[in-house]
Amino acid sequence: MSVQSAVELKPVAAPDPQVVLAVENLSLDFRLRTEILHAVRDVSFTLKRGQTLCLVGESGSGKSVTARALLRIIDKNGAITGGRILLRGKHAEIDIAPLTERSRELLRIRGGRIGLVFQEPMSSLSPVHTIGSQIVEALRLHRRMDKAAARAETIELLRQVEIPNPEKMIDRYTFEFSGGQRQRAMIAMALAADPEILIADEPTTALDVTTQAEILDLIKRLQVERGMAMLLITHDMGVVAEVADEVAVMHFGRIVEQGPVDDIFHDARHPYTRRLLASTVKLEQNRRAAPAPTGEPVLSVRNLNKVFGGTPGWFGSATFAIKAVEDVSFDLHAGENLGIVGESGSGKTTLGRLILRTVEPTSGSILYRGGEGEPVEVTALGKRGLRAYHRDVRLVFQDPFASLNPRMTVKQIVGDPLYVSGASRGAALEKRVGELLEFVGLDPLSMERYPHAFSGGQRQRIGIARALALDPKVLIADEATAALDVSIRAQILDLLLDIQKRLPLSFIFISHDISVVRYFCDRVAVMHRGRVVEMGTAEEICTAPKAAYTQSLISAVPNPDPRHKRMLHRTRFRA
Amino acid sequence: MGRYVVKRLIYMVPTLFGMSIIAFLIIQLPPGDYLTSMISRMTESGENVDPAQVARLREVYGLADPVWLQYWKWISGILLRGDFGYSFEWNRPVADLIWERMGSTLALSVASLLFVWAVALPIGIYSAMRRHSLGDHVFTFIGFIGFAIPNFILALTLMYVAYRYLGMSVGGLQSPEFIDQPWSWAKFVDLLAHLWIPIIVIGTAGTAALIRILRANLTDELNKPYVITAKAKGLPEYRAVIKYPVRIALNPFVSAIGWVLPELISGVTITAIVLNLPTAGPLLLRALVSQDMYLAGSFILLMGVLTLIGMLVSDLLLALLDPRIRFT
Repeated sequence: MSVQSAVELKPVAAPDPQVVLAVENLSLDFRLRTEILHAVRDVSFTLKRGQTLCLVGESGSGKSVTARALLRIIDKNGAITGGRILLRGKHAEIDIAPLTERSRELLRIRGGRIGLVFQEPMSSLSPVHTIGSQIVEALRLHRRMDKAAARAETIELLRQVEIPNPEKMIDRYTFEFSGGQRQRAMIAMALAADPEILIADEPTTALDVTTQAEILDLIKRLQVERGMAMLLITHDMGVVAEVADEVAVMHFGRIVEQGPVDDIFHDARHPYTRRLLASTVKLEQNRRAAPAPTGEPVLSVRNLNKVFGGTPGWFGSATFAIKAVEDVSFDLHAGENLGIVGESGSGKTTLGRLILRTVEPTSGSILYRGGEGEPVEVTALGKRGLRAYHRDVRLVFQDPFASLNPRMTVKQIVGDPLYVSGASRGAALEKRVGELLEFVGLDPLSMERYPHAFSGGQRQRIGIARALALDPKVLIADEATAALDVSIRAQILDLLLDIQKRLPLSFIFISHDISVVRYFCDRVAVMHRGRVVEMGTAEEICTAPKAAYTQSLISAVPNPDPRHKRMLHRTRFRA
Repeated sequence: MGRYVVKRLIYMVPTLFGMSIIAFLIIQLPPGDYLTSMISRMTESGENVDPAQVARLREVYGLADPVWLQYWKWISGILLRGDFGYSFEWNRPVADLIWERMGSTLALSVASLLFVWAVALPIGIYSAMRRHSLGDHVFTFIGFIGFAIPNFILALTLMYVAYRYLGMSVGGLQSPEFIDQPWSWAKFVDLLAHLWIPIIVIGTAGTAALIRILRANLTDELNKPYVITAKAKGLPEYRAVIKYPVRIALNPFVSAIGWVLPELISGVTITAIVLNLPTAGPLLLRALVSQDMYLAGSFILLMGVLTLIGMLVSDLLLALLDPRIRFT
């Protein structure tokens, strides 16, 4: 199958000795139920020793498929339809594309000459085997080693990836590792057989910014030490600017532009690249001129605490207690956007739930002044009062796929709050749903369709329409844009800002993404281990943070400008 | 872990108490008692029944006592003396009757379970890895047929085939000449020759079910990222699949032990009757029909105990298999 295209290729002049892998006109098809998807079309690039090529693109652009094709890991319904993957190096040149799944050459290349690290640190290691046994296995597959030697080597590898107490951690299971440590273990495994090429497929997407910075540091260091070529796949232009030597931009299965990182960032030719950069850079500024908050706050949170656990067990033994939220106080004014940032486990999501009282606070008070009449003490509300409160304070969820019932039509989903509260029925309800959909930029005629017919960004719009159905006063958005691509993210944020201009709304915007918060919020509270360590205007927090933790957090955010790499001289926080 | 086992054992006590009450109530639920069903049988066959005799028997057996007193006599006997009572019908202690049947029942159960695993595992793995292939469809077809055919029909068919074409002695677990003989090699071989029919009959439905479960579970696991990790490491496909996803998809196999134990005793009663197997099922059925209350009650209680033990064993095995499960 690949013969045809191989013949048409011009004979390559003396190959560059630095090139360890050359992909030439690679095409990949997937057989779907009704059609054939050309996932990768005519893709060519080279990987050079000691250099990093970043493959950038949004979800569905074919970048992960390309990366896996280099190891010939292709789903059952997919096939390479053309092109060559030439692996050069110490040995003779070998074309990976025509190798069969079971050939010894391929098994020797996988893990032996090309290592793979990928996104999910939670699920990319087996949960029922120890970390050590999984790395030992990789070692023994490619290097002639007995068990004791492999174990010693594994401990050494774990030490190289900076896992503390490698002698102990080698016998631990994945669930005893934090996300960052798992990714380190994964890297140790990929590097076990000393490969010439490392493929890192979104290695830091699921990690916090500070952990991301550390992992990127680690990969860079190991790459320099070993002189590996690296293919880094990411959707984050900030990461690209920090680590790439060369960049290839993928869009709908094609590489639309490639070149040195500086050219891509400062002299992009292709309109898609420019659009991608624009939506990234746009999030680097604050669009809101923060007006000084006036009048009485809509929501006043005072000394809020939440302790999980700590209650005596059945046999009288007190269990371990976690202070998820500790002594948090803030005010939210009408029309204000308050950001809450923090890493995973900092208590920001719990705080959001406490305000809604879907999780009961241990102590503290929440005073709500949005409704007519007297201010309401939320912590003392009964069932009926809480229902009225939930009409005014609503939630927008993170996952646009899981938060919409797949068996309900859009009309049912958006109309559900109206129906449940008895606000409207029948034709009136339909009219209101149509208005809401129009409001969030969707076609009202699509209200009879089911959620699966919509893209991620459109689904998030449906979720927002549902939240707006009852004319709320406060919206709590918990990581509402985390699951979306950069360009879609900017659109959704603009939509929310636009809605806010027309409706008297306040936002509590919970996010781990500093740039999103900076773009969207007036004031920001930084949370760390359940406490608010710093609070100020978005500009202050992002440009002149005072608390040591905030400084380390801000400096770990990758800067989408290869001329001003921020992570190299970031401040580190130890506590 | 040790603490957990002790805790589980302690929790078993109230559960067992509740089960004994329910077992006893079940026996008491149908109207009448052993004597009324005996009398009706005797009048049917034209014998005369002396009312005074009946009243005396009722007195002797304690059937005239209030229910709670009967229960107390039964349960206190079990707890204090290990005495499960006396079977009216067999005129023998219940314990003797049960233990007699327990050996063959257990042997048959374990053999069937091993058969089910030995067949279901490879087929399930194959079906999941080559989903919608010809082999998968063939196995699925056979599996559903095995699922759909009632056990006793399968038993009758196999008996006919074995007798007519293979000239084997069928029915029971032993050829007539070996019954009541001491154990010898020849007797063991004879047992194996008899065992295959009940094993296939009892195992077929379970095999079909487990193949489906394994296929579904493994299909989910095969798409998990850790499988790609294993492949990217350079493991050949089959080794990667067997070492990682199969290991995780095995959990339902282990959980199955919990309900397989009691199922094998009560569930295969019809098969056992058709094949004339000396197992516990037919005995239980007779005891229930003739309202032989101590025998039936003890059986039901024993099945409850087996369920509890099976659950505990499968929970502990699950913890060994899956380190994510930790007991506190």
